[in-house]
Amino acid sequence: MKKSLFGLSIMLTACLLMAIGMPVNAADVIKIGVIGPMNFMQGKGHWDGATLAAEAINAKGGLRVGNKKMKIELVKADSNEFISMTDATNAMERLMTQDKVDFVVGGFRTEAVLAMQDIAMDYKKLFLGCGAAHPEICARVGKDYNRYKYWFRITPINSIYLVKVCLINLATVNGILKKELGIPKAKVAIVAEKAMWIDPMIKAIEANVPKMGMELVGSWRPSDKATDVTAELTAVQRSEAHIIFTIFSASVGITFARQAGELKIPAAFVGINVESQKDGFWAATQGKGNYAVSLNTFVRGVAYNQYTEPFVEKYISRFGELPTYTAVTYDAIKSTLGEAIEEAGTLDAEKLIPVIEKAERIGVAAPKAKFDKNHDLVFGPGYATGLTFQWQDGKMKAWWPNGWEGVTYKGMAPYKIPPWMVEKFKK
Amino acid sequence: MILDIIISSLINGSVYALLAIGFSLIFGVARIVNIAHTAFYMLAAYGIFYGTSKLGLNPVFCMLVGVILVTLIGLISYRLFIDPIREHEGAVLIATIALAMAMQEIMLLLFSGDFLGVPSLIEGYRMIFGVKVAYQQLLTFGVALLVMGVVLALLLKTRLGLAIRSTAQDREVANLMGMNESRVAMITMGVSVGLAAFSGAVIAPLTIVNPFMWMHPLIMMMAVVVLGGLGSIKGSFFGAYILGFAEALVVFLIPMGAYLKGSVALSIMILVLLIRPEGLFGIAFEEER
Repeated sequence: MKKSLFGLSIMLTACLLMAIGMPVNAADVIKIGVIGPMNFMQGKGHWDGATLAAEAINAKGGLRVGNKKMKIELVKADSNEFISMTDATNAMERLMTQDKVDFVVGGFRTEAVLAMQDIAMDYKKLFLGCGAAHPEICARVGKDYNRYKYWFRITPINSIYLVKVCLINLATVNGILKKELGIPKAKVAIVAEKAMWIDPMIKAIEANVPKMGMELVGSWRPSDKATDVTAELTAVQRSEAHIIFTIFSASVGITFARQAGELKIPAAFVGINVESQKDGFWAATQGKGNYAVSLNTFVRGVAYNQYTEPFVEKYISRFGELPTYTAVTYDAIKSTLGEAIEEAGTLDAEKLIPVIEKAERIGVAAPKAKFDKNHDLVFGPGYATGLTFQWQDGKMKAWWPNGWEGVTYKGMAPYKIPPWMVEKFKK
Repeated sequence: MILDIIISSLINGSVYALLAIGFSLIFGVARIVNIAHTAFYMLAAYGIFYGTSKLGLNPVFCMLVGVILVTLIGLISYRLFIDPIREHEGAVLIATIALAMAMQEIMLLLFSGDFLGVPSLIEGYRMIFGVKVAYQQLLTFGVALLVMGVVLALLLKTRLGLAIRSTAQDREVANLMGMNESRVAMITMGVSVGLAAFSGAVIAPLTIVNPFMWMHPLIMMMAVVVLGGLGSIKGSFFGAYILGFAEALVVFLIPMGAYLKGSVALSIMILVLLIRPEGLFGIAFEEER
């Protein structure tokens, strides 16, 4: 009787262990938490990019850490940060306490990333950001290095540089309008969703537009979830704006592009529209999003270096769509983290930080990548610049940088003015 | 600018009016606060998306099928989740919240959180007093007027309407007079959900289809209904245009605060309630109806 009870308890324990999935060789695995809004394209990008990186590393037997090889194990954490900030912080806590990950990559909305960053810092875990652009996230490293040194921004370039690129784009489009339509002093309207990361950008744009010889006719700030912006569009049209400077990261970007296309608003676009970075944008706007413009990291046929196109092609063949910038979790894991771990021969964050700080690495999302003293991604010729693209008849076409500071990537195309604008202004 | 504001408010208001009329109908008759009302609107939008984009069917056909299917789902939901607890208004409120959340999660599982679009029934736009108005928006405006007319005709000119009105006025007396109050409530639920689905079909091309698309219209619709007077269809109609006007006013007068348009509209609702608690066209609350 005692024997059978003993046997039964052994079997139950074994079943329990199998049920909770205790890894037999947990010590030989590097656990990386991938955190993002997993039911949305941004989170899918985080996960899919990380998946390709983990597969590439594991196919080679893993990363060499000292004298042994360790495989990558990804842990998915849904931050649900578009809907609930509490979900985001809970997801990060779970990665730290329950999943006990070694590193974290991801994050998207600044408001959520700031909160998640604090949790990762509390646990002294390396958190490689792949989504939020606000300068404050990295400024924290400069202000309190000992606490925030575990944070690095892998993508995108911070919003100060995003503004810089947008202003360069604005000057370019202004030049095109002057040359092709004879508009001597373009009027500019800003339409930007209400979000924290955009606030400093608006101030910078409003200050710079007059200095650039253009006239600012107004700024409109619809809600990020607005499902109708026809009132805003009517007001913008009344202002007789020639250029609409858009800054959108949420669903309002689709609403705006679709309604502007439906009403054939006679203006050229510059700026950012994160939703337009996705292949599904064309279908979501029912083709009305033609001529919408945004910054992006990847565009079909455009390459920063020899690694970009193979990555983009592999991503498309595997997931059926173009990678968005959040898929740069690929670089975060494969080059930033992976190469640093092999160089340092350890998973110890304290030893990895100086290695990452000093390194200049070649990934898929820039000619080269390195970090400044605030652990922010360096912007400029030879480093991360991103691309500016325009939807042209159902295809994304990259039109910047095309000769800027001597930088031109393979596969660029010219900017197009919407035909209804040409019709209205062509003398 | 005044014309811009008026036209924008008529367009915005029509969307809210379409949703609020159905909601008001079921509340006025059966005292059911159906939080899932806009979730049915979302279901119809997804149905049309699936039919047009995945199956390549005609949008009008998808619209008709969508409205019928969603109405059936609404009736089944009523039978299963609402009818058994109808006497407990608080429980109904919570049950319909749960129902809406369940529908949201199912759509999230089936279609993910991606933002989707459905084709307009009529492409293009028309200039009205110098303001560009999309044909789909004009259609929405026309449909809102039509729906208002049809609902009023149903209520005032038919035997069913008489039954609905009697039930709305006094459930117990209507029961004593031989009316099957439960059946009237079920029919009203069918009409109400049908209106929600129809609204979804008409409005979907103007908006973005996603699993959370029911939340914002729900808030605005409830504001409209409370402003107009709980259970008053006429009140819902006028309330919708008042809030639409308030929203347009914010966008045109405070461009940098355009994101506040929803909050301003809700503040107006609170203000009206402070002055007239029963709403613009509502009757004073009674202990028992």
